[in-house]
Amino acid sequence: MSDTALADQAPGTSPKVSTIHEAVIRIAGNSQDGIQAIGGFLARLAGRSEQEVMTFMTIPSTISGGPSIFQVRIGSGEVLSAGDEADVLLCFYDHSYENHISSLKRGGIVLYDSDHVKPNEELLGSYHHVGVPISSLVVEAIGGTGRDKGKNVYSLGLIARMFSLNVSKLEKLIQERFAGKDPTVAETALACFRGGYGHEVQGLYQTFNFQPGENVGQQQVVMSGNEALAFGIIAAGVRFGAGYPITPWSDIMELLRRELPKYGGTFVQTEDEIAAMSMAIGGSYAGRVAVTGSSGPGISLKTEALGWAVMAEMPVVVIDVQRGGPSTGMPTNVEQSDLNIACFGGHGDSPRVVIAPCSVEDCFYTAIEAVNIARKYSTPVIILSDQGIGTRIEAFPYPDLENVCQDIGPDFTPVADHKPYDLETTDGITRHIAPGTYVASGKYPVVTGLEHDELGHPTGSGKLHTQMNSKRRNKLRKLAEELPVPKVFGASEGHVLLVSWGSAKGPIEEAVKQARQHGEAISGLHLKHLNPLPNGLEKIFEAFTHVVVVELNDEGLYGHGQLCSILRSRYCDPRIRSVTKTDGLTWKVKEILDRTLRLTTKK
Amino acid sequence: MSTLTLPRTTAGGTAELPAERAPLTKKQTAADHPTWCPGCGDFSVLALYYKLIEKRKLDHEKICTVAGIGCSSRFPYFVQAHGAHFIHGRALAFASGVSLSRPDLHVFVFGGDGDAFSIGGNHFNHTARKNVKLTYIVMDNFVYGLTKKQTSPTSPIGFKSKTDVWGSQDRPINPMKQAIAAGATFVARSTATNIPHLLKMMEAAMDHDGFSYIECLSECIEFYPGAFDAANPRKGGAFPEIPADHDVTDEYAAYKLADQTWPGAFGLFYQVQRPTKNANEAKIIADHRAKVEGQADWQILKKNFDRMK
Repeated sequence: MSDTALADQAPGTSPKVSTIHEAVIRIAGNSQDGIQAIGGFLARLAGRSEQEVMTFMTIPSTISGGPSIFQVRIGSGEVLSAGDEADVLLCFYDHSYENHISSLKRGGIVLYDSDHVKPNEELLGSYHHVGVPISSLVVEAIGGTGRDKGKNVYSLGLIARMFSLNVSKLEKLIQERFAGKDPTVAETALACFRGGYGHEVQGLYQTFNFQPGENVGQQQVVMSGNEALAFGIIAAGVRFGAGYPITPWSDIMELLRRELPKYGGTFVQTEDEIAAMSMAIGGSYAGRVAVTGSSGPGISLKTEALGWAVMAEMPVVVIDVQRGGPSTGMPTNVEQSDLNIACFGGHGDSPRVVIAPCSVEDCFYTAIEAVNIARKYSTPVIILSDQGIGTRIEAFPYPDLENVCQDIGPDFTPVADHKPYDLETTDGITRHIAPGTYVASGKYPVVTGLEHDELGHPTGSGKLHTQMNSKRRNKLRKLAEELPVPKVFGASEGHVLLVSWGSAKGPIEEAVKQARQHGEAISGLHLKHLNPLPNGLEKIFEAFTHVVVVELNDEGLYGHGQLCSILRSRYCDPRIRSVTKTDGLTWKVKEILDRTLRLTTKK
Repeated sequence: MSTLTLPRTTAGGTAELPAERAPLTKKQTAADHPTWCPGCGDFSVLALYYKLIEKRKLDHEKICTVAGIGCSSRFPYFVQAHGAHFIHGRALAFASGVSLSRPDLHVFVFGGDGDAFSIGGNHFNHTARKNVKLTYIVMDNFVYGLTKKQTSPTSPIGFKSKTDVWGSQDRPINPMKQAIAAGATFVARSTATNIPHLLKMMEAAMDHDGFSYIECLSECIEFYPGAFDAANPRKGGAFPEIPADHDVTDEYAAYKLADQTWPGAFGLFYQVQRPTKNANEAKIIADHRAKVEGQADWQILKKNFDRMK
């Protein structure tokens, strides 16, 4: 959005209409106000209007609620992050105003509920203040009973007017949202919305019109990262899973519990995290890759059983929607501090696969890739999502479901003989036969956590232990060979290479774009496959003076973030350094650029 | 929609399922030689498992033997059948994953008192409560044997172990009361020394549609010799069987039996029919499937995605 929002225009004239390319809208209130719902409507509308959208929200970790925000960035072109600064701030309370006014771009519009918010006189010159007595107007529109519930939809009406949004599409979304409830609910919501839309806002100098979206003719779906992951798991053919509730993973298990029966599957809520991991492994052993998941503390609990899956070479998919740690940490905040436990958690040498999605769309496809890697290499695969991706909403192209969905049912064809841990196979990869498979030789395999021979029977042989350790390690080296080498964005050589994983991809891409526009030789590289790493990264690194890993975790005892430490140990390259933070919030582009500049210029 | 079948890397290739199959003999069912000490009670449980497979004409591939960690938990290695030796205490959770995915299999879980009542205590409660269809046989020897004589959750007060050299202090668990209270739908008690009785209990447990639990006293000859002499008539003890008029559906009567003084009662304490987790989930699936009849998986998923446009 242009910086001229605070137009030098006399009050009383009709608002000027500006055509804009994108806008960042931040809604601040309490979690009970349903501000997530407004954000959801805006995101869905963007999806249906061929625009790109990304959201960012914070929620209190208590049931009784508390301050909460929802930020939506809508763009007619590419949207890579939720936006550093808001163009418009809608706030319901004094605390929302005080805490979030600084997130507003200078000259931006603050739309506030004048029944509750008293603007700061000193800021009147810096931001365009527009007060609307939202609370009393809602009472006027729908009567006293719905007051607290109607504020959000009323405000949506105000925003719709301000941004010339498509009213019929929004009304349809509102109707869909309340379909199945008492019809009066939708009627009241619509009355509220129309009240807001029809309100003649005093003091609004300007309204906006989005340029048409660039994704013309492309159907989009709008969902959160957690929804995309869960649907990806279903598309991948997984039909059994087990889990235990924990924020922010719970909505994945709730969705799988609700949806899997339609596909003939089951999701079990277990007594604890250990049982969830164990039951999922049992489900996998029964013939079809199963899924479990959790967030930080639950992942800690799962590690012993995960080690068994490494030892027994049992495929299984484990989702970790990371939150702030250690221990109970920051349950509703984003962090990327579980990389170490994902790659190395547990005792003994236990190689496993770790991959991280970078966007909501990527969550869907990563789930499928994880299942396929688990099957092909007979290994546990950890999907490292995070609270940021899990809870944010994005629009993405409608997947080709007919081709994407797959059947991974077990193969019970009788075999003459079978050695799951055959050391002579050409590809070195274990293949299990599911119980129910007849073995003509009468020799049946056992799967075990003890070191074992080729049939799975225990052994104390140091030689076999060495051979089996190699087998478990080498199959992942083989996977590394097959992984695509990631592509650099920006030039393939230069001063700084920013390296991201997980949710940092969008922000570093935007950082690279901005920096390059200013003539700086900065490029970016995003790593999706974290364990094993793809081969050939050293050649990419060689072409840059500095390699800076941007990650949401602590710099640790030795001054390097978790991925940075892995890359340093992998490549023995002291040029690899990191910028890290643990403030519980996603990266701002400005933060990345400022921190990188400081790191790469100081001597 | 693509169907992905993994390559079988077995050198042996495929085979045909024989049309006619004779009951499996002990020779066909036995695998590794047991690692137990000579005289261990677990031998007779293993022998009876072979016998059960033969008598009830179970096929190799339809049996799944699961265990956790402990002396008795070595069980799956000794049986020619699909089997899993899982981690300490979590065998029931693993076995539930198998049972709930595969109604065609007989899932048998074997373990000891540490596995069942200490590290795995919570899984015991919840598997019983959920009434997952499987048979769980606990070979209770009142001592940690594999780690060489520490106090177990069923060690009686006063038992001298390496962790209680002056005698155990903590009140032992009563497995029968624990099982009944947790909601097990089949609760029986036997000993490794009474072969016909134990076989009868194993058969009844296998036939039970639900979570069937057998508490089997199985002597550790090395670390707690003579523990169960009082339940062995050949050692001068008694084997008091539950009277024929005991009502197995009477929970209160079952508790009373569980409270009898040592060596207690033997037989079927409690058995009721309650829908299994397996049946409940199958019903949920059937109800949901009826609503999407004739649709391919991707079409079902498309319905969800269309709502998110």
